[in-house]
Amino acid sequence: MNFSERIYLPAVFKGMAITLSHLFRKKATIQYPEQQRPMSQVFRGLHILKRDEKGAERCTACGLCALACPAEAITMTAAERTPDNKQFYREEKYASVYEINMLRCIFCGLCEEACPKAAIFLQNDVMAPASYEREDFIYGKDRLVEPFLQN
Amino acid sequence: MNEWVFKIIFISIIFGLSLFIAMYSTYAERKLAAFLQDRLGPNRAGPFGLLQPLADGVKLFFKEEFIPKASDRWLFIMGPGLFMITALMTSAVIPFAPDLVLNGQTYSMQAADLNVGILYIFGVVSLGVYGVLVGGWASNNKFSLLGAIRAASQNISYELAMGLSIVALVMVTSTLSLRDIVDQQHGWHWNIIYQPFGFLIFIICAFAETNRAPFDLPECETELVGGYHTEFSSMKLGFYLFAEYINVFVSSAVLATLYFGGYQFPFISDMEPGMAKTILGACVMFGKIFFFIFLFIWIRWTLPRFRYDQLMNLGWKVLIPLSVLNILLTGAFILFKI
Ligand code: SF4
Ligand code: SF4
Repeated sequence: MNFSERIYLPAVFKGMAITLSHLFRKKATIQYPEQQRPMSQVFRGLHILKRDEKGAERCTACGLCALACPAEAITMTAAERTPDNKQFYREEKYASVYEINMLRCIFCGLCEEACPKAAIFLQNDVMAPASYEREDFIYGKDRLVEPFLQN
Repeated sequence: MNEWVFKIIFISIIFGLSLFIAMYSTYAERKLAAFLQDRLGPNRAGPFGLLQPLADGVKLFFKEEFIPKASDRWLFIMGPGLFMITALMTSAVIPFAPDLVLNGQTYSMQAADLNVGILYIFGVVSLGVYGVLVGGWASNNKFSLLGAIRAASQNISYELAMGLSIVALVMVTSTLSLRDIVDQQHGWHWNIIYQPFGFLIFIICAFAETNRAPFDLPECETELVGGYHTEFSSMKLGFYLFAEYINVFVSSAVLATLYFGGYQFPFISDMEPGMAKTILGACVMFGKIFFFIFLFIWIRWTLPRFRYDQLMNLGWKVLIPLSVLNILLTGAFILFKI
């Protein structure tokens, strides 16, 4: 080390100049609950069960998503369509119960890839919200199925 | 107004002011730390987070008070109190503004104009280490004890260099009274111009004396689990942390007084003694104090902590010889120039 390095002070002043310049920089902070950062296009967030263009649920309870799920987060019960609920479901079979346990889910998106009917998707702009109760993390059809858009 | 009544009011104001400034130094510290790191810092409690110190205070008061079973109970309680008292006592000899002349009566803006003001400050500051030492020892925890020992040896080593740097200053001013020292620095005759070297040594020692980064070895979490205040909780810890900020305030005041002309500013001698002069002088003084508080914070968030042997090397092998050299140079200067 030469003399100016050995007395440290030039380095100290240089460091102080650097920190001082940061004082006036633009801050990186995002005021979270009020201000939200746009998610990336490929972000995998909360699941949604889609409807088709007529408003019927796309899912046919084939169980492929549950099979593909590495975390075994999906459980479903299949039921047969009857004449009076014909307009709600696209094919003869539908899921009467469809539940995803968000505490198990690792948001890998394999369910989305496995689905032959393009029924389940992971939204890129919604995160699974936090909660204090374990039960709140089991998402039934009431919270998964896309809201009815037609009429 | 009776002089005693005035003194009591003045002392209460200084007391309150020290506490208030220490309180908001914690806020400034957090805010500046955030800014220097491109963050925003506390901004939830009140506008711009201005109520944050109050929230912190409330939190400290409501935390569980815990005294370890194996500790020395009374000393454990005494430690933080001692630290706090010594921190608050120092501000007594600092002249905060020019004398106030009202209705032919002169009021001194200094709690006590001791003619050995500097010695008083050194005396009280060196007592401050007892607060740390007693607290660390009474905790009956080896990490606390190590922190306390570090604090003690650090303070003693740096006090030597500090005292020697002051000797050179006293050689220039030939007085020990802080008021006289300030009065001598009228206009631009600040002591920093005559004693730049001494100032450098003094400010480095001041950082070490207040246990601030880069010399905050008595309280490093990584090595000592927290240091001398590991076992302290609730407001007792609050006292330690708070007194540290009071120390920063007082050190800033001492720095401003000794080397930066205190309340002096150019053209002050053209002004009539009165309310305006006193208020302006006080503003100048506090401006300088705030600058030094800012400096303390700025350096804390710039420099990393020293290693313990580096600290000791710097104190004994660098600062003390340098301050002796400074004395010799000052002596030669006085002998041959003037
Ligand atoms: S995202 Fe992955 S873990 Fe979550 S339900 Fe789908 S397949 Fe299972
Ligand atoms: S969501 Fe897709 S894969 Fe899963 S049961 Fe329904 S149709 Fe099958």
